[in-house]
Amino acid sequence: MGKVSTTNFMIMGNYGVTKKLNLLFGLPYIKTKASAGQMAGQKGLQDLSLWLKWVGYEKHIGKGDLQAILIGGYSTPVSNYSPDILPLSIGLHSQAATGRLMIDYQWNHWFGTASWSYVARNNVKLDRYTYYTTEMHYSNEVKMPDASQWNFRAGYRSDVLIAELVLNKWTTLGGFDIPRNGMPFVSNKMNATTIGLNVKYETPLNGLSVVANGSATLAGRNVGQASGFNAGVFYIIDFSRKEKTEKKDDKSKK
Amino acid sequence: MKKVLSLVFVLAGLVLFNSCSKKIEEQNMQYPMINPTKPDANAGTWKPILLTTANEFACPAPIVTTSPDYIIQLNEIKSFQNQISNDERKLVEYWGAGAVLRWNEIMRELVALHNLPPYENPDGTYPIPSANNPLAYPTFPFANPPYAARAYAYLSASQYDALVATYYYKQLYNRTAPFNVDATIQTLLPKSTLPSYPSEDAAVLGVSVEMLKLLFPGDQDYINQRAEEHRKARLISGANVRSDLDAGEALGKLVAAKFVARARGDRAGASVGNATLWTKLKNDCIARGEIPWISQENPERPPMLPAFGAVRTFLFDSLTMVTSIRPGPPPSTGSQQFKTELEEVYNFSKGLTREQLRISIFWADGLRTYTPPGHWNYIAANDFANEHFSEPRWARNMALLNMAMMDAAVACWDAKFTYFNPRPSQMDTRIKTPIGLPNFPAYISGHSTFSAAAATVLGYIIPSKALQYTDWATEASLSRMYGAIHYRSDCEVGLTTGNKVGAFAVNRGHTDGAE
Repeated sequence: MGKVSTTNFMIMGNYGVTKKLNLLFGLPYIKTKASAGQMAGQKGLQDLSLWLKWVGYEKHIGKGDLQAILIGGYSTPVSNYSPDILPLSIGLHSQAATGRLMIDYQWNHWFGTASWSYVARNNVKLDRYTYYTTEMHYSNEVKMPDASQWNFRAGYRSDVLIAELVLNKWTTLGGFDIPRNGMPFVSNKMNATTIGLNVKYETPLNGLSVVANGSATLAGRNVGQASGFNAGVFYIIDFSRKEKTEKKDDKSKK
Repeated sequence: MKKVLSLVFVLAGLVLFNSCSKKIEEQNMQYPMINPTKPDANAGTWKPILLTTANEFACPAPIVTTSPDYIIQLNEIKSFQNQISNDERKLVEYWGAGAVLRWNEIMRELVALHNLPPYENPDGTYPIPSANNPLAYPTFPFANPPYAARAYAYLSASQYDALVATYYYKQLYNRTAPFNVDATIQTLLPKSTLPSYPSEDAAVLGVSVEMLKLLFPGDQDYINQRAEEHRKARLISGANVRSDLDAGEALGKLVAAKFVARARGDRAGASVGNATLWTKLKNDCIARGEIPWISQENPERPPMLPAFGAVRTFLFDSLTMVTSIRPGPPPSTGSQQFKTELEEVYNFSKGLTREQLRISIFWADGLRTYTPPGHWNYIAANDFANEHFSEPRWARNMALLNMAMMDAAVACWDAKFTYFNPRPSQMDTRIKTPIGLPNFPAYISGHSTFSAAAATVLGYIIPSKALQYTDWATEASLSRMYGAIHYRSDCEVGLTTGNKVGAFAVNRGHTDGAE
């Protein structure tokens, strides 16, 4: 297949409900392509994700501020794409519910954040009624393993600039390995450790910011050794006196 | 605060809902227990495939049910039945769906496990699996569609002959089942009205173990394990005593030897070909003025089983195949018809609807699956289970189906390597495919040939579903055009050829005594 590439156009939003509660959403349009061979790339709207982010606990400790944040998320596919043509499928077509605990500490302009997530995933339906994992299954439904994620960030935060280094470790809790010369499958044991750099800069133009990031995969299992770059724009819509909304257009290439 | 709490509850509910809804009911665990409407007690008079007569192989007379040794065997059953665990009950229920069914399913499992092509060597050549060293990479076999078609055929045909022999001896010796001898023996399966010696289940397992060991020599541990399960299930169920099983298994083994001998001499071993053949195929094609098939894999891989068209068929001889079954040539690569058909494939690849994608995935049956013949075996198994056939009728019907599909594979591969035509992606590099491109020539389409043969045989066995089988065969055939890997001619001529092959199996069905 040569090199498999994924292009991702994403619309994201963040609505401040209260000072402590945020509602976020994201919807990507994804296009895949193989640089060699005759396998066709796929494209389409992928999964809508909705998040609630709640700052449950805040305390001034030492010279800085500690926050404990609870996040709940739900994602669901919005188009009928096939997850059975990996690595060219645009997603796994599974509904997922995520619970995340995040700890953030900031002193002056420097910060560190750690979070842990658990992702529960619903079964996936295929266009065929049998499939083989480590044995034959006579069903069109695939049991998906859940996943967990560790995320560590550290960097600089000011009114105008955010720059952070990110380390992310995604572990699939179950599943099986791609056999030699076989094709990937939705319920593979997919693990990936990635490192990245995020930058966000607020321009002098009222409410407009630009964001860019790059990432690389350090280690993995049953996934591509991917590197990515993305760039985006977002601006703040002031709906009324106190509430603020942000909308973001994000074009990324992985 | 209330808003937050209710939102958290909703999310928690979603998580719980997701994890609770995960239980999957698999179709192969839903079969009814075998309970034939027609017991086919006279199956010993049916025409065998390889055996010269039903009693070609001897089966010793059984000991009488009053003998002390028989009483010991009854006590063996009672000791199993004294405390039946849940797992044992499930085992009885599983094997109670039918011996022919479950051993066919075991072969489908092994085919899927082994359906992976070898990975290339560092020097760009490809290693070939070796039956003499089956566990070394690449493991033996590469269970591709022709290999699988042949495997299913040998399994089904040998099971049929083993059951014809078994039923002959059942009638001859007429020793009744243990639950009729001793009323305290529990019966966990529907009671058979037939003599239980020799055991039909044991005959099936005896012949199947031998055929599976021949075709999947690296999986003997797994095969033996399943056989032991099957024996145990029969004893626990109260349907057989140990001597029923021993006699059936011995008879099955004897029958298997005849089929193994045929398999060793059917020229399948040479179907991989060699570099001389691969070059000759290309040059002969060029000499005919046509563009030859070229492997689209990187590095280029030799074509898959180019000499399979020479394998010894079951239903007709090689002269018949060449004169009556082999199709004429595909449209010349220089012709207008070729251009039109190529354009049609390109248009499918550009504008594939979601439904067309679904159809190409549904019928693809590619890597790590049971292959197209396996798909039709699965369709047959599901439909036969609802027809409440006896074991010999199951075997006879599976044998007709699988001999037809094996001979279809031979006829198909004969055509592919007689004409050696290129795939659409080779001729138009704009064509991208949603499914994998097989590494062998296009004309005629394997899916079309297998499916038409299967539909013809199944439509004969279950006439009420004949139209549905034909529809499915047509859809399977079209799926290859939707997948942009075949021209229309490959598919249409494939269907015609498959129908011709299927007719030979139906003719055998008219004369084998089982109708």
